[in-house]
Amino acid sequence: MAPTIAGPFENSERVDLIGSSAFLERRQEAEERASQRGVPSFEEELWRYTPIADLDTSKYRLEAPGGSIVDAGLVEGIENEAAAIIEVVDGQIVSTVINDEAIGVHSEGIEMENAVGSVIPIGADFFTDCNLSYCTAPVVIEIERNSVVASPILVRQHTTTSEIVWFPRLVVLMGENSEATVVEHQTSPSVRALVCPVNEIKVAQAARLNYLTVQEHGPEIWQISTQVAEVQRDAHVALSQVALGGSYARARIDTEMAGKGSSGEISAIYFGRNDAQHDFRTFQKHEAPHTNSNLLFKGVVDDDSRAIYTGLIRIEAEAGDVNAFQTNRTLKLSESAWAESVPNLEIENNDVKCSHASAVGPIDEEQKFYLESRGVPADIAEALVVKGFFADVLEGLPSRPIAQAIDERIEQLVALDKERL
Amino acid sequence: MSTLSIQNLAVVVGEQQILKGVDLEISSGQVHAVMGPNGAGKSTLSNVIMGKPGYQITSGSIELDGRDLSSLPTWERAQAGLFLAMQYPTEVPGVSVRETLELALRSRGTENIDVASRLDEEADQIGLPTELLERALNVDFSGGEKKRNETVQLAVLAPQIAVLDELDSGLDIDALRACAERIEAMTNDGLGVLCITHYHRLLDHLIADHVHILVDGQIAESGGPELARELEDDGYSRFIDSDEEVEGVSVAIGGRAETKNAAISDSEDPFADPVV
Repeated sequence: MAPTIAGPFENSERVDLIGSSAFLERRQEAEERASQRGVPSFEEELWRYTPIADLDTSKYRLEAPGGSIVDAGLVEGIENEAAAIIEVVDGQIVSTVINDEAIGVHSEGIEMENAVGSVIPIGADFFTDCNLSYCTAPVVIEIERNSVVASPILVRQHTTTSEIVWFPRLVVLMGENSEATVVEHQTSPSVRALVCPVNEIKVAQAARLNYLTVQEHGPEIWQISTQVAEVQRDAHVALSQVALGGSYARARIDTEMAGKGSSGEISAIYFGRNDAQHDFRTFQKHEAPHTNSNLLFKGVVDDDSRAIYTGLIRIEAEAGDVNAFQTNRTLKLSESAWAESVPNLEIENNDVKCSHASAVGPIDEEQKFYLESRGVPADIAEALVVKGFFADVLEGLPSRPIAQAIDERIEQLVALDKERL
Repeated sequence: MSTLSIQNLAVVVGEQQILKGVDLEISSGQVHAVMGPNGAGKSTLSNVIMGKPGYQITSGSIELDGRDLSSLPTWERAQAGLFLAMQYPTEVPGVSVRETLELALRSRGTENIDVASRLDEEADQIGLPTELLERALNVDFSGGEKKRNETVQLAVLAPQIAVLDELDSGLDIDALRACAERIEAMTNDGLGVLCITHYHRLLDHLIADHVHILVDGQIAESGGPELARELEDDGYSRFIDSDEEVEGVSVAIGGRAETKNAAISDSEDPFADPVV
């Protein structure tokens, strides 16, 4: 069953790559493309400033041992009210609970095979090709048309085994005029592993999706993720990322305003400590008229951490009456931290309103002075300013309890210890 | 009884000598008004008293009850008993008035004050909607709300000496009256006030015992309340040597706007939401 050619990753355990023969053929084609292309080089624009040259694929075994999740982390409490919970651990789906009949979950068969690769074609990228060839536990979530799923759908993606590589694949198909919130929670203890998730999202006409990714990996994980959302006529997607962990955590996020009147909101919070590296590559693609997109990414680099943001707003010739905005702000809290922010615009149509703004800098001294002038000690004032910096992004997250938990985690990260007073 | 004593204070901002030897002494219960034309150094005086970064004291001292404050960080000056009501209260996203004052009071060991009810009480009295106490500091507050908010904080923090930097700018007459009357009442309980203002308007509501005219970084004249009234009639012309136009001269706070990476300027907030 397993592809026989020598791919980019060593399939030592002969993991069972499921699928019909047609699907296996697609997998093999993707593997061939990945083999030909090879691991990207940091000389490629999309991989500038990254440690990709340090990636040694032979250090990771392609395995799918499965396992169990022990810690709810930042999504604690959500499981009690979730409309569905799907747990995927080290390449295996270990649990699926569905509490709402508007939700369909497919992990095999024709529904799965038709959905996987429906947004991201073969040949798009080395890691998406590897993902197609090696994903062992694809999950397709389908929301029935005209239905509103009021509670969040929780997808947990947990990595526990050292030195493995695995390829989570999650496809979300929003039926016409449906509404849902998906929370993807990525966790791991302190293990050295490589995780390359691919997330395909299709939002059909007039549907509305909130998609929140909460990444709290252990400090040794490398994660290279790709998310592509295709937004159809009058549909809306809100993609939020909260990235707190990992050694190198990359997220490429493409939002395609494909149908007239579609819109996307893209936001992120990232916080780097120690020598963590956060890497975001965003694309806001306007392919149809009367479309809007708004991106707001805010992060902190502390200690020796690094953060890279590059973003492109691309407006096609046929896309008139477009509003597209992009803002990236990174606070640099230590001398040895580093951040780079590169916004870009490509506009083929004159009837557009566009802006991009980026800033990397220290905390706002005026704000700190204001708090200090009330008698708040300097270190606490600084912590409050950093915490407050994230307030607008936090406010936009689709889950209050998770936003609250993240706010508290940020307090810990900035060492805001109110109790010591 | 407390006394804020400023002696021979000279201050440089960037390359520019802004204050050139200022002497002032403010004691509990007194209201001192410092008036002067734009560019005289009024805001510099208030900021340097509170220890805002960017101001370099080249000579002189700032003492509160004999303790030299000039080398202390801002928060320690606040805890020692100073308060600055800002001309343009800074917006602090994500941090509420309530949280700020609770932290401020707890950190100075004032455990026995019920901050929450004191805040509600003062907000009611000064006419600040109490829901604003839960919101981010000064974010989307009107001019009047900002100044009422400063006054509420002043009343709850109960310092020995308050510096009011242009309390009367950017607010309507009702808000001005409410703030001034509350501060006036606090002076009866012993608050000492250094009130920095361009116009006479504030002094109709907050009666100054002493008026000082600050021109070109120096106190040009000191007197009683009558001096302020005289200014209302004649303006600052007799204190200014030449007939050069002083209106519109502003004090640039150098340094940050020039920093390449920070891209911060006072006029344009690089963190402002471009979408609005």
